[in-house]
Amino acid sequence: MNKDLTKKFSSGHATCAGCGIPAVVRTVLGATNDPVIVSNATGCLEVTTTIYPATSWKVPYIHSVFGNAAATAAGIDAAQKALQKNGKLKKPAKIIAFGGDGGTYDIGLQALSGALERGHDFLYVCYDNEGYMNTGGQRSGATPYGANTETAPAGSDSFGKAQQRKDLMEIVKAHGIKYLAQANVAYLPDLKRKAQKALNTPGPSFLLVLQPCTQLWKFPTSEYVAIGKLATETNFWPLYEIEDGKYTINNVSKQPKPIEEFLKTQGRFKHLFKDANKDVLVKIQNDVNASWEKLLKKV
Amino acid sequence: MQKNNTKIKALTGGYAVAEAWRQIQPDVMAVYPITPQTTIIETYAKMKADGLVETEIIQVESEHSAMSATIGACAAGARAVTASSSQGILYMAETLPVVSGLGLPIVMSVSSRALSAPLNIHGEHGDVMAVRDLGWIQIFAEQAQDAYDDTIIAMKLAEEINAPVMPIMDGFHTSHTTERVEILDDGQVKEFVGERKVDQSLTDFKNPTTFGTLALQNTFFEFKLDQEKMMQSAKTAFKKICSEFAKLSGRKYAMFEEYKMKDATSVIVIMGATAGTAKEVVDKLRGEGKKVGLLSVKLFRPFPYAEIGKALAHIPKIAVLDRAISFGAFPPLYQDIVSSVYHGSSRKPDIASYVYGLGGRDTMQKDIEKVFQDLGEGEIGSKVKYLQ
Repeated sequence: MNKDLTKKFSSGHATCAGCGIPAVVRTVLGATNDPVIVSNATGCLEVTTTIYPATSWKVPYIHSVFGNAAATAAGIDAAQKALQKNGKLKKPAKIIAFGGDGGTYDIGLQALSGALERGHDFLYVCYDNEGYMNTGGQRSGATPYGANTETAPAGSDSFGKAQQRKDLMEIVKAHGIKYLAQANVAYLPDLKRKAQKALNTPGPSFLLVLQPCTQLWKFPTSEYVAIGKLATETNFWPLYEIEDGKYTINNVSKQPKPIEEFLKTQGRFKHLFKDANKDVLVKIQNDVNASWEKLLKKV
Repeated sequence: MQKNNTKIKALTGGYAVAEAWRQIQPDVMAVYPITPQTTIIETYAKMKADGLVETEIIQVESEHSAMSATIGACAAGARAVTASSSQGILYMAETLPVVSGLGLPIVMSVSSRALSAPLNIHGEHGDVMAVRDLGWIQIFAEQAQDAYDDTIIAMKLAEEINAPVMPIMDGFHTSHTTERVEILDDGQVKEFVGERKVDQSLTDFKNPTTFGTLALQNTFFEFKLDQEKMMQSAKTAFKKICSEFAKLSGRKYAMFEEYKMKDATSVIVIMGATAGTAKEVVDKLRGEGKKVGLLSVKLFRPFPYAEIGKALAHIPKIAVLDRAISFGAFPPLYQDIVSSVYHGSSRKPDIASYVYGLGGRDTMQKDIEKVFQDLGEGEIGSKVKYLQ
């Protein structure tokens, strides 16, 4: 395989065919030439890359529990500062925490919040596949309205998830950090640029990266890039940055595609195309429009 | 015997522990408040603010993050420590077996306290008993002096065998009680604990290591056996370090203390602060001609079954006093003592179970006297008795 791409993260891991997570990891790790230390929450990335006695990680890496990627990163940050002070470490590594949406929006939110508030030097990357995918597709705080998941399934009496996704970007922004950005695995150059910016920003930074899950969003294994693109082209997943509180939108579609173009590609939204769920589709389109307008006003 | 440069101070257990930390000066300390350990971290924070220590203090937002940050720091090659009690220990409980499983030499100072519900902030051993199976070495202090000494011993022990250690003092009874404490010279402590010898770390960029893998059915079992080997090695290491500490301080610690047991016919087995009260009672009753004695356990995990079994082999009547309740079962120390005696002796001695001091309730000399009286009169049933 490509020597450059496998310099820090090898091939032979056990992610599903058609998973976009390795592309996210390679792009972020490849955005710096400095040494890196990775802190990883339990989830798809961790269990597919560290099956003893093998490891995909060619950089220092730690996993401890599910909800503490940010807290572990905080400890590494303090250690590097202490070791530099007593001359045991010449040049510190860039600390990069990876967590899925489950480990970031939900169980890991407290640790993330604390680490952001204390201003540690680290980048937190959330690969957002909109559910607890490692455990078979249960709903998380990131699952979109109307999606079918194992714990909020669609049925004769339900249209799937009845709550809106958490606006994690706004939650992180409220901590007053210098750089955060929303990105998408279907737009790798944009992700790389954002990762570089983030890694060159002192203090905490944050990237929220959409990563379509072939297994549990239910689409063919060759399609994650196409579906990722539709997420952005419909304004469901805008690409934007917030630097020192200032918003910049990176994708401005002259005419955004209707949200149905995105929804119809995935089995998890199949039930929304039944007559009984017509209103749900309308609401989803209205919500996408409203969120986009709200974002435009912030620029 | 006063060694050169030893200072004698009147300190609470909490302050004494902070003083030990000041002398050890860990690289990183994660702090989150919970009564009755808060005085340790507050005292240490003030020491940092006054320029007495250089430690990187992380004021985390929960105990779960306290241990998580400590894990990250330790794995990165720093000497990293923390402190907690009660609900805090349970909040971080999922990380405790991870520390042990990763072989990280973390020390967590504990001021032991009751568990909710109902809420109680006072001393007992319920919290540390709840986590006794998770692969942490557990050492109990009787007084503020021990609490100070145990911190220093624990740091050296942890790094000697790459295992986590929990030095424990009774909440309030030791942590908040002012006692006479001999403080060693700063240089002596520094020399005693030495520098951490780091084998693998996250900051060794040339040899990238993966900490915390997945292990499937075919490999997990053997990891646990390695961990158990590590725990068992703590007994020898503890004895060795205590003997070195004795040379330094004049204070000899052992896995357990045998107090007037040689010709005793009734012995109380106990741990922690109340051993002090019990020793007073033993002295009083001995003065009256009664052949009583005390065995105070210091190293609770790993439990010295064979050694305690041998020590109790000749004692006809034993009462085990637990400062914790184990719902639906005999209390923890009692169970371990019964196992010790079962394996260490061919006879079936009379062993009575007592639970005392829950939720910070004081245990008076008369309560201990009653236990010896029960033993003397043959009042040894198979049901747990409560010293309320």
